[in-house]
Amino acid sequence: MHKIVIDPITRIEGHLKVEAVVDNGEVKEAKSAGTLFRGFELILKGRDPRDAVRITQRICGVCPTSHSVASTLCLDSAVGLGGSIPDNGRLMRNLILGSAHIADHILHFYHLTALDYVDVTKVAKYEGNDATLNSVKDFIQRGALGPFMPRYEGDYRFPDAVDQQLVAHYIEALRMRRKAQEMCSIFGGKMPHNVAIVPGGVTEVPTVDKIASFLWRLNELRTFIDQVYLADVLAAAEVYSDYFQIGSGCRRLLSYGSYDLDGKEPDLTKRKRLFKQGTVDADLNLSPLDVSAITEDVKHSWYDDSTTGRKPDQGETIPKEGKAGAYSWIKSPRYNGEVYEVGPVARVMATYLSGDERVKSIVDPALARFKAGPEVMFSTLGRHLARAVSCKVIADTMASWLLEIKPGEPVYQEYEIPDESTGVGLVEAARGALGHFIRIKDKRIANYQCVVPSTWNMSPRDDKGQPGPLEQALTGTKIRDEANPFEVVRIVRSFDPCLACAVHLITPKGRKLGEYRIS
Amino acid sequence: MPQSPTEELPVIWIQGAACTGCSVSVLNSVSPTIKNVLVDEVIPGKHVNLRFQATVMAGAGHLVIDALEDTWKAKKGSYVLVVEGAIPTKGDAAYGSIGEDKDEQPVSIASRVEALGRDALTVIALGTCASWGGIPAAQPNPSHCVSVMQLFKSKNVTTPLINIPGCPPHPDWFVGTVAGVLLNGLPKDGELDELNRPKVFFGQLIHENCPRRAYYDEKKFAKKLSDPGCLYELGCKGPVTHADCATRMWNNGVNWCVACGGLCIGCAAPGFPDLVSPIYEKTPEVTLPKIGQRVVQ
Repeated sequence: MHKIVIDPITRIEGHLKVEAVVDNGEVKEAKSAGTLFRGFELILKGRDPRDAVRITQRICGVCPTSHSVASTLCLDSAVGLGGSIPDNGRLMRNLILGSAHIADHILHFYHLTALDYVDVTKVAKYEGNDATLNSVKDFIQRGALGPFMPRYEGDYRFPDAVDQQLVAHYIEALRMRRKAQEMCSIFGGKMPHNVAIVPGGVTEVPTVDKIASFLWRLNELRTFIDQVYLADVLAAAEVYSDYFQIGSGCRRLLSYGSYDLDGKEPDLTKRKRLFKQGTVDADLNLSPLDVSAITEDVKHSWYDDSTTGRKPDQGETIPKEGKAGAYSWIKSPRYNGEVYEVGPVARVMATYLSGDERVKSIVDPALARFKAGPEVMFSTLGRHLARAVSCKVIADTMASWLLEIKPGEPVYQEYEIPDESTGVGLVEAARGALGHFIRIKDKRIANYQCVVPSTWNMSPRDDKGQPGPLEQALTGTKIRDEANPFEVVRIVRSFDPCLACAVHLITPKGRKLGEYRIS
Repeated sequence: MPQSPTEELPVIWIQGAACTGCSVSVLNSVSPTIKNVLVDEVIPGKHVNLRFQATVMAGAGHLVIDALEDTWKAKKGSYVLVVEGAIPTKGDAAYGSIGEDKDEQPVSIASRVEALGRDALTVIALGTCASWGGIPAAQPNPSHCVSVMQLFKSKNVTTPLINIPGCPPHPDWFVGTVAGVLLNGLPKDGELDELNRPKVFFGQLIHENCPRRAYYDEKKFAKKLSDPGCLYELGCKGPVTHADCATRMWNNGVNWCVACGGLCIGCAAPGFPDLVSPIYEKTPEVTLPKIGQRVVQ
């Protein structure tokens, strides 16, 4: 019996350590630990509520757009605009968020995941005329192979020609994700960290030239998603099909739903959305979402035990670094006290199980190729497949939102910040359910809390001792070669961890103004 | 004619109290593309050898920590250290660590940056957190974050430091600075300002080149977000922020903060976010720097 420690886990966002206790080649126990603490919620306290939309984006530079939407929905509801954002504002928010998710999904598959499956060094044997591949061949022959070496060695299964093509796609995907960020910026102002999404709507005024410029970037991305991204995920699934059985995890899913199709319903758990809200159990039953069933445990996190088990809108957290029995800065969110996975599988399956024809028409043929039912979506490959499906559904829908925009009509609704209020913002980030919760007092932030996707997925054991979703997904996994534990990193990265998101804090203290001086 | 071997510039990129937004922004580089930067001779005969960068590198765990430490020892005095994020200084490694040492103890971000910084050719503090402390160092600064400049001062590290602020920084600011080092060596006297920023990117205020500037001069101010007119009275921080966003624009030139009506939030300014907040409130006129005071004598 011995321990594999991987610190740092790379090709994710943030600082993550994973420990796996291995006996006879099988993981008996796993621990997931967030190792960085910044304290955003404490920093937010006492500030102007409007600043939260800009500041919470900086929780994560990979998924800032999702934070801006969650924070804005939270503020919309707190200032009484929960059902009255102008249609242009709603549509442009969807388009900004959709662009960011496309960029994020492409980045995740090619740049954060592919090197676990694709052998870049095979390009040294390339004999064709493709200029890109020949430039990579030159690079390999020069011999300084950072950042592609060192790496785990062994389980690379693609034939040479497929590996070479996937390296070409890795490079093409760099250009495509950049293009998606440009598309995001057309209405968002800049990426990462947009400035256009604000409570009340958006600040950008749509014009036909911007719509056309957006549409043709989108068209190019849709071609890439259909012909390259989805095709490559399916090709990887053919060759690594055992990963439909590896890394299954807790087999319970939770989705907040995303992309408002109608802005009139103030209750976000009931609002009509492209991806549906709900929870899914191991037998694929879909149930309605109840936000009041969410609590956060801290027994195994470096926070004071007196704050355990609270609902997010009641949350209070006091850091206790070095607390006995704790091993992570991440808290343990639970739903009705049970462990739930969030992410693309959750939102795709919640939508699939609601009977959505568009999602079924993509998922069913993909599964039929592997003679598998939807239950295989609880797996490492299932997460990658769901991410590609999610990406395609968003991209395919965006063109119609774009054409619904009415230039000349309002994009923004004015409002007053109330003396006292509360608000909730729920959305799907690329990596899963993201909730922001605010309490306003004296027109300032009295309390702000984010319960983010990687807090759910990377959570440590809860007060009952139940391991978090990633920990459960690792447990029981067979490790073929402990010196090159491919299985561990493939499972971890299938969750698309975002650790900067997962770690934060609230305390009751106020704040003082800084003493900086502008030069 | 035999070619001389490609000159390799080793680069170590460390992430502290960061959000990865600086990395994502650099991935958005248009010309050269990020592929050009990583794979090709980005300057003829010269190649950036990115030895450690946690967001893109293939390996994980001790493999990459070994690569980091090998580069540190073998390339002493000749590698560039890029720091993304602020440096937590509270509780040794408790609030932020990168890998483990030989005794399986976590190594703090501060000790990594200090040790790697001391032996680097030059250090690039990339982004507002590394340059000034940024949001992690905002009041009440729960993890006692400092900037690279503050850390180096307290530890007496004298390696040349270049600050490239911005939340995130524009990819051109970073790529242009690295290209400068490859072409001409370290920045010469007068190329950096008093806060170690390259003047070529940070020499002027947003306000000095703003396309809405004429409205300011005519006192035609937007009354609400999404209106035309100058955004100053809605809180625009262009008058106190040094950066060239107004002329360079963002994301392949498609847009930027003021053009989209979202106003400049001062993300490259040394006081971000505390001194430039509340973001959506007007900055008092008495604090405004004079137009042209850094460029027109």
